Amino acid sequence: MVDRIAEIWGSRTPYAREERWPVRVDQVLAEGVQESEVQRWVQSACVLCSNGCGIDIAVKDGSMVGVRGRSMDIVNHGRLGPKGLFASWQGMNHKDRLTKPLIRENGVLVESDWDTAMERIVSRSRALLDEKGPLSHGFYTSGQLFLEEYYAQAIVGKAGIGTPHMDGNTRLCTATSAAAMKESFGSDGQPGSYVDIDECDAMFLFGHNMAETQTVLWMRVLDRLAGPDKPRIVCVDPRDTEVARHAEVHLPLRPGTNLALMHGLVRELFANRWIDEDYIAAHTMNVEELRATVEPWTPEAVAETCGVAAEDVRRAAEIFGTSDRVLSTVLQGFYQSSQATAASCAVNNMHLLRGMIGKPGCGILQMNGQPTAQNNRECGADGDLSGFRNWENPQHVQELADLWNVDAAIIPHWAPPTHAMQIFRYIEQGSMEFLWVSATNPAVSMPELPRIRDILASESLFLVVQDLYLTETAQYADVVLPAAGWGEKTGTFTNVNRTVHLSEQAVDPPGEARSDLDTFLDYSRRMGFTQLDGTPLLDWKGPEDAFTAWKECTRGRPCDYTGITYEKLRGGSGVPWPCNEDHPDGTVRLYRDGIFPTDPEYCETYGHDLLTGGTVGPETYKAMDPGGRAIFKTAPYHPAHETPDEDYPFRYTTGRTVYHFHTRTKTGRAPQLNDAAPAAWVEISVNDASDLGLGEGDIVRVESRRGHITAALRVGDIRDGTLFAPFHYGYWDQGGTPAQEHRAANELTITEWDPVSKQPVLKNAAVRIEKIADGTGPSLAPTTTASRPATHKPADSTSQTGRDSGESRVLPPGPGQQPAHGHGRRSSRRILPTAGGSAAQATETIAPVEPPAVATKEERA
Amino acid sequence: MKLPTYLGLLEKSESTLAESFRQVARGHGHEPDVHFICQTLAAQCDDHQQALKPVLDRYGEAEVDDEPARLHADGLSETRSGPLGLLRDLQDLYLLASLVDITWTMVKQAGQGLRDKELLDVVAACDGQTTKQLKWLSTRMKQAATQALLIAK
Repeated sequence: MVDRIAEIWGSRTPYAREERWPVRVDQVLAEGVQESEVQRWVQSACVLCSNGCGIDIAVKDGSMVGVRGRSMDIVNHGRLGPKGLFASWQGMNHKDRLTKPLIRENGVLVESDWDTAMERIVSRSRALLDEKGPLSHGFYTSGQLFLEEYYAQAIVGKAGIGTPHMDGNTRLCTATSAAAMKESFGSDGQPGSYVDIDECDAMFLFGHNMAETQTVLWMRVLDRLAGPDKPRIVCVDPRDTEVARHAEVHLPLRPGTNLALMHGLVRELFANRWIDEDYIAAHTMNVEELRATVEPWTPEAVAETCGVAAEDVRRAAEIFGTSDRVLSTVLQGFYQSSQATAASCAVNNMHLLRGMIGKPGCGILQMNGQPTAQNNRECGADGDLSGFRNWENPQHVQELADLWNVDAAIIPHWAPPTHAMQIFRYIEQGSMEFLWVSATNPAVSMPELPRIRDILASESLFLVVQDLYLTETAQYADVVLPAAGWGEKTGTFTNVNRTVHLSEQAVDPPGEARSDLDTFLDYSRRMGFTQLDGTPLLDWKGPEDAFTAWKECTRGRPCDYTGITYEKLRGGSGVPWPCNEDHPDGTVRLYRDGIFPTDPEYCETYGHDLLTGGTVGPETYKAMDPGGRAIFKTAPYHPAHETPDEDYPFRYTTGRTVYHFHTRTKTGRAPQLNDAAPAAWVEISVNDASDLGLGEGDIVRVESRRGHITAALRVGDIRDGTLFAPFHYGYWDQGGTPAQEHRAANELTITEWDPVSKQPVLKNAAVRIEKIADGTGPSLAPTTTASRPATHKPADSTSQTGRDSGESRVLPPGPGQQPAHGHGRRSSRRILPTAGGSAAQATETIAPVEPPAVATKEERA
Repeated sequence: MKLPTYLGLLEKSESTLAESFRQVARGHGHEPDVHFICQTLAAQCDDHQQALKPVLDRYGEAEVDDEPARLHADGLSETRSGPLGLLRDLQDLYLLASLVDITWTMVKQAGQGLRDKELLDVVAACDGQTTKQLKWLSTRMKQAATQALLIAK
C-alpha cells in the first residue's frame, strides 16, 4: 500500500529508451470494501485532467465504491493519479448532489420538476427568438461533457437556433493549443503521441507543470528518468516546480515574456545551423519571415527581457538543436499568458526547423487542460465548426447543412463563432439575454470576478445552469438542471493525444438527475427544431445514435472517427484517431509524411496575423499556395499590457495544485484531496518576503486594479518579484458567495485575451501585497509540489533580521509523528509534510501483465 | 516633382491615424482587445513616420500651396459609445488606414520610377503593416456588425 497523497506519483518502474512502459495497476476501494465484494468493474476513463487514463469503476449495490487503472490501456498502463484515485468516484457520491430541477421563485431557487423547469426555459427561449432573434441566445459549455453531448449541443445551437454565440470553458484551457496547431499546420490535431516519451532523448516543457497537471504522464517521464538512458529535461516556468527540479536547464522567466524567450531559442537554431534545410524546403513556408523576426533576439537580449541567464538560453537551445529526438509539451504557462498563440506556434516552429515531427520521439504535445476539451473543439460546441471545418469556406458550411438537412443560411458563418469573453460582454451590454451554462463555473474561473458576478446577476439575463452541484454560478441561475455525470451515463471522449475512450454507465444518477445529452435532446424536441423535411432536427434515442451521426460528420476530415464503434472501444482500451479504412487501428502520430492539412479546400482555417488576430482571408491564403506545407507563423514580441509599476510592483500569476481540479466541485468533496490542500494561499519568494518583513503563514492581502484576495502566505521558491495564487478556491464551501474576505485568484486577473486564440490572460497581472495579520501557523499549501516551502536562503542575509528562516523548512516526520491532516498543520509554525495517512492508501500492482502496444501497423512496423 | 507632396501626405496621414488609434483605445477601454491592439497599431504608425524621416529630408518639404489639402482626412476628434459607436469608430479608422495604405502604394510607384532603393525599403517595411491593420479592422468590424446592427441596445 502506498500513501498516494504523500507519494503523488507512486512507485517507480524504470525503463529504457524504446522499451515499453511497464504496467502498474493502481487501485483504491472505499473504506471497508474488500475486492471480493465488488460486484462489477465498469469500463471508463478518467475525467479529472486531460490525460485520459483508462479506468475501471468498482460497483457494489448500485454505488461506485472505488476505481482501478486499466492495465491494457494505451495511455496509463494501469496507473492513476491522486485525483483519479480519490475524486473521480467520491466526487460523484456526495450528499450535496443536485437531485431535482430548481427554478427561481420570488428571487429564491426552489425545487421543481423537469416539465416545469424545461417549459420555463423553452417559453423564455421562444419569446426571445420571436422578439430579438437568435443573437439573443448564447451557450457556454465545458471540457467535461462527452462527445455525444457536445455534438448534440452544436447542432441545437448552430442548426436549431442558429446562433454564433457558443463557446466552452475550453476557451480558458485549450483554445491556444487548437489555435497554434491551426495556424502552423492548417488544422487542429495533435502531431505527437505519449509514446514519444518512451523514445525521446530530450523533453522541453514549456509553461507545463506536468507533474501537477497530468500526474500519470509525469510518472511516465519519471520512469524514463529512473531508467538507464534518461532524457534531458528543459523546463520553462517561473516557479520551481517538480519539473524544474528534474531539469538540466530551468528557465524561470518573467511572466509575460514567453515570446521573447522563444525568439531567442529559434534564433539560436538558425545561428548554429541546427536546422534541417531539406525539410524546411520541402515541407514548410515563410522561413525567411521567421528568421527576420527573431534576428534581434540574441541570448543577451533574451536575458534582459526575460530575466534568465543568457548562458541558460544557449544551453537550452543546444539541447534542442543537438538531440536526435526531442519531445515538446506546452500548457497554460504559454496558453494563458501574453502573446499565447505566437509563443505556442514558436514551439511548432522549432520542431519544423529541425524536421522533428511525425517521427518516433519527436512529437509536439500542445496539451489540453480538460478531459473532453478535444471533443468540444471537434464537435463545434465552442468557437469552431463541427469536424474541424472552416467557417470561411462555403463548401464546408454546405457539408454541415447537408449532414443536418438544414438550410446552410441558418448555420452562422459570417464571422468566427463568438468567443467566451465576448459572449459575456454581449450580456453586459444587454443584447444577449439567454445564456445556458453547462458543467462549468465562470463565477470562479473567469478573469476579473467582480465584473463576472455583476454580469451573471444582470436583470436582463435569463440564466440556465446545468451541473452536478449548486456551484457559485448556479446560485445566479433562473433555472438549475441536475446533471448526471461520470459513471452515470455512457459516452465517449478523446484525450490530448487523440485517444478515444468509451465511458460506460456504472450506476443510476441520483434522484431525477439526467444526462446532458437527454437534456439537450429534450430542449430540441420541446423547441420543435426540424430538418428541411419537417422531421425532428435530432431524433437520436441515446448516445450511440449520436456517435453514429458524429462519425458521418468526421468522414474524410482530419479527426476521422469512421473506423470506431462502441463495440471496438469496449474491452480494449483507447483508439487514437484518425481511425478509418486506411488506419483501421488508429494513428499514433500525424504528419509522418510531412504533408500538412493546409490545402485551401481542406484546412480548418485560413489563418490570422498573430499580432492582431486579423484574418488572412481566402484570397490571400490561396495566393500563398501552401499546398500541404506547414507555415512558420510568428509575430514581434510585445511586452505584456499590464506590467509592474510603483503602485502595483509585483507580477501576479495563477495556476494549479496537484490535489485539485478546476473549482474543486469534485476534488473538494474527496476528503483525502481536500485535507491535502484545504485552503487558498499566496506564494512569495524568500527574498521578497525578507524585504517586506513577511513570514510563512502571515495573512496577506493581495490587490490588483480589479479586486483583492486575502490568504495565508507561503514563502517558497518562486522567482523574485512574482506572486502566485492557486485558482481552485471559490466560495461554495464558504457560504456560497464571497464575503468580505475574497479568496478566488481570479478576483485579481485582467480582462484581456490573446488576439488569435482569444484565451484570457490569466497568468499575468500587476499586484501589490500587504500584511494584515500575523499568522497563527504556517499556510496550508501542500509541501509535496511547487508550493513547497523555500529551500533557498535569502540572497542578502542582513535583510532577514528578526526572522528565523529555519521556521519555514519542512521537517521530516519523526517517530510517532502523525501525518498532517488539514487544519492540524496550523498548530505551529513548523510545516509538517503533506500526507494522507490511512485514508489515502492505494494498492500498486507492478507488472502484472505485459505493457500494451499502441495497436497500429505504424507502431508494429 | 510632386513626390514630396505625397510624402508629406503620407506622414500627415500616419500621424492622424496614430492619434485616432489612440483616441479609440482611450474611448473603448471596456473592449480590451480594441483598447490594447489600437495602442500597438498607433505605435506602428509612429514607427512609420520615423522610417519616413530620412526620405522626407532628402526630398524636402512640399510647397505649401502645392499641398492637395482635400486629400487630408481629419482624425477622430472624439469617440462614440455603445456597440454601434464602436462599429462606427472602427469604420472611421478603416477609412483613415485606407488612405494611408493607398498613399503608400502611390509612393511606392514613384519610388520604383526613381529606382530609389532606400524609399522602396521603407515602403516594404511599413506598407505590409498597414495592410494588416486594415485586415484587423475588417475582422473586428465583421465580428461586431451583426450584433450591433441587429439587436444591440
